Order: sequence, then C-alpha cells, then structure tokens
Amino acid sequence: MQIPYSQVTPQRDYLELSRRRFIFRSMAAAAGALVLPQLLTGSGVKLNGVVKSSYRVDDKMTPYDVVTGYNNFYEFGTSKDQPAKLAQKLQTSPWTVSIEGEVVKPRTLDLDQVMKLAPLEERVYRHRCVEGWSIVVPWIGFSLSTILKQVEPTSKAKYVAFQSSYDKKTMLGSFQAGIEFPYVEGLRLDEAMHPLALLCVGLYGESLPNQNGAPLRLVVPWKYGFKSIKSVVKIRFMEKQPPTTWNLSAPSEYGFYSNVNPEVDHPRWSQAKERRLGEFLKRPTLKFNGYGDQVATLYNGMDLRRYN
Amino acid sequence: MATRILTSRWTKVAVFLACLQPVVALGWRAWRQDLGANPLELITHATGDWTLRFLLLTLAVTPLRELAGVPQLIRFRRMLGLFAFFYGSLHLLTYVWFDKFFDVHEMLSDIAKRPFITVGFGGLLLMLPLAVTSTAGWIRRLGGRRWQLLHRLIYFSGLAGVIHYYWLVKSDIRLPAAYGALLLSLLGYRLFVFAAKKRAAVQAIARPDRQARVSA
Repeated sequence: MQIPYSQVTPQRDYLELSRRRFIFRSMAAAAGALVLPQLLTGSGVKLNGVVKSSYRVDDKMTPYDVVTGYNNFYEFGTSKDQPAKLAQKLQTSPWTVSIEGEVVKPRTLDLDQVMKLAPLEERVYRHRCVEGWSIVVPWIGFSLSTILKQVEPTSKAKYVAFQSSYDKKTMLGSFQAGIEFPYVEGLRLDEAMHPLALLCVGLYGESLPNQNGAPLRLVVPWKYGFKSIKSVVKIRFMEKQPPTTWNLSAPSEYGFYSNVNPEVDHPRWSQAKERRLGEFLKRPTLKFNGYGDQVATLYNGMDLRRYN
Repeated sequence: MATRILTSRWTKVAVFLACLQPVVALGWRAWRQDLGANPLELITHATGDWTLRFLLLTLAVTPLRELAGVPQLIRFRRMLGLFAFFYGSLHLLTYVWFDKFFDVHEMLSDIAKRPFITVGFGGLLLMLPLAVTSTAGWIRRLGGRRWQLLHRLIYFSGLAGVIHYYWLVKSDIRLPAAYGALLLSLLGYRLFVFAAKKRAAVQAIARPDRQARVSA
C-alpha cells in the first residue's frame, strides 16, 4: 500500500506526541498511587461479609444518589447539597474512637478494631428528619450496645454522650453554621443499649460516604435525624444528662429526647406529616417513626410533650 | 447613549424576559427532572428567594434613580414590583398545592399557629392591593398622593419577607441577615431623605426672609 508522504507524521511530531503521552501517563499513575490507598481505606468501599438483619422495614428504599446527595452535615455547609462536595475534605483514616467516663476499662479503638467487634449487619431503617422529610436506608453496622459493653460501665453511668470530629481548617465555624462545634449528642443508657440503636459504618453495601458521617456514626431510627450523630470520635458515659447541640442552640425547639412524634409539633412547624423523598404526596408521620412496638416501653409514664 | 438604551422599548422587553428567567429555568429543570432530591423544597425556596429579590430590586429603584442620577429607571419599577408579586404568588401556590394539597383546614391552622407563615402570608396579602392598583388608571382614580401612600405598603411586605425567611431557617442566619441588611439600607435611605426634606422645610419656615429673597 502506498502512503503519500504528506500523511506521514514527521518524526519530530511523533516524538513530541509520545513524550506528551508518557508525561500524562506517568502523571496519571502518580495520581493513582496517591489516591488508591485512600480508596482502599476510605469511603465508598464495598464491605464484605455483611449479613442481612431481620431489622428491616418493607418501605421502598430511597435511591443511593438521594441518600448520598441530600445531607444535613452542618460542619460541611448548611445547605443540603454542600456536604456531598465539601465533606471530601474529611480525613477518615486513621480514625480512632475513645470510650471513657464512668467505665471500668476506658479504651481507644481504631476503625479496624471497631469493625471486628461483631459481624456487620444490613438493617433497613426509616430515617425522619426534624425538618419534615424522610428516607429509607440500608445501613450497615451492629448494635451500639456491642461497643458500649467493651468498657464495662460503672453503676454511676446513666447517660452516654457522643462527640463528632471537628477540624477548624476543613469545616465551617460555629458562627457560620449557627450551632456550636464540635457537635455533641446524647442518649439515656437504656436507649443506647437498645438493640435498635445502631453503630453504623456503611450504607448500600459500602463503607459510609464522607457526607453521611464517615467512618463511624450513630443511627437511632425512632428519633429525629439530628440525634444520629455523624463521624464519632468520642463516647463518654456520664452520670448526668449530657448537653446536646441542637438543644443548646434552641432549647425551646429541640429537646434532649427528640423522639419522632406526630402529636408534638415543632414550635414553628407541624410534625404530623412528612415528605418521603421521591414521593409527591406527604405521608403521615408515625409515632416513634413506626418503632413504637420496640421502644415505647422505654418511655413508660413519661409525658412525651414535656420530655420532647 | 445610556439614556437611549434606558428609554428604548426593547430594553423593557429585555428586562421583562430577564425577569422571567428564574421561572423558565425552574420549568426547564422540572421538565428534565433535574430538581434534585427534594424538588418541592427546591421550588419553594427558589420562588421565595425570587420574591424577596424582586421586592428588594423594586425598592432599590428610587435610591438608584436619585443617587446614580438615572431617573429613567422608573420605567421598570412597576414591572419589578409585579414580578415580586408573581413570584410570591407562585411561592404561595407551591405551599397550597405541594405542601398542603389544598387542605384549607390545615392551612388556616398553619396561618394561625405558625408565626413565620402568618408573617409571610401577611406580606404577600399586602402586595395584592399594590398589584391591583398598579395601572395608570388606578393612579388617576386614587390621585397621586393617595396612590403613593398606599404603595408604601411595600415597605411592610419587604420587612415581612425578611422576617419570614429569618424565622424559617434553623440556625444559619447568614442569608436572611444579608437580605435584612440590604432592606434596612434601602429603607434607611428613604428615612434619611425624608428627614433631610423635613429639616429643609423647617428651616424655610424659620427664616422666611431668606426664602422670600431667594424666590424674589
């Protein structure tokens, strides 16, 4: 076959091209080498050996994109779409959580040690935000009680306090977010020991995406979402009721208990109905988010209007 | 040149189309099903934001005319005000339709019980007579002075809008505070001009000889 000389790439250009290609490829390889270890230990990595738990509601699951693209994570922005972008700055590895306070054996565990405490379960829970929207998520983790039992709480321990990671350099300041950081939450000891309370490390088969509270969070499905604290670094057993972030910010609007309750309105809006993301019509909100059979006895004899 | 652009009929058409842009963009995104995880919230927020923005734009016309020396801007004021009412109506419609599904009982109890809804609803209600009397015929019927007095209700609509927004956010008040600061400066300007005129009038009464000499 004859190729006209005009179509032959001059050697000079050819060398130039291959040099460029070489530079680009080596750059890509270098970037890959930097990113890959993070991918292996970081968020969005498939979790193996997950067993399906019987804790699962029949509601249709909310799509992955919605669960990971519509988040309240005020450390990374106060609008719903910001955390998905800004939380990429969250350093999730190495990660440790210290368990301390009214305990016999305080401990600090790294993430690997936490993951090995119990088999990982997939639980499909309803998740109801105090703002009036809800989602259904296949979380991965195990009962919070598993980790709490590691440290042997003393008889003085009546409450458990939780604290989120906070890094001024990569997160919003308290002034911008309008709430105090680090974010703190708390549960009564019997609430924390309830099998439904989940120590969560993943969702949809993979480790937690940063914006969902990587690498370790709480999921307390019968309470409003803000009780399910994200990116936990400290767990502290206490004798007295611990302070909680939203209660500190607006005591008249957010109580310590914050159980989902359609009969007790938020002072500024009704809690009777909710918008399940992806649905057009609003649906009625269920008391204790539909988990009343399991948790209502925790609150026997309590005026839920007062202890809201 | 600038004057010719400001007084051209085509400029008015261009401004009109620009004012429609937010609702066209929303419609386009809705058509493409690109309104995010919570479309109804997005529509509610977008229409609310634009109501407040158009209210502030309307209120900015007078200070801009006087400070920047472009009196021709008056041609756009009615249109901007009507767009504020238009977006406010869309905002109300989203609430009535997508949030309450035309449940009158629920809406009434909301308006009675929830201060932020009461204030927002009140602010929009105040805009209704302004929209109705925005025509030249109504200015004639009411007389310029009374018409102007009535249309000062927009100050209260603006205040209601900012308070509505401020009461609705959970904790991050930066945006409502920014709208509030803008509104207060626009209203403050008017107060300042009013006080200056009053002072001038008082001085004129106190020293009539000077006035007489000037007018002589």
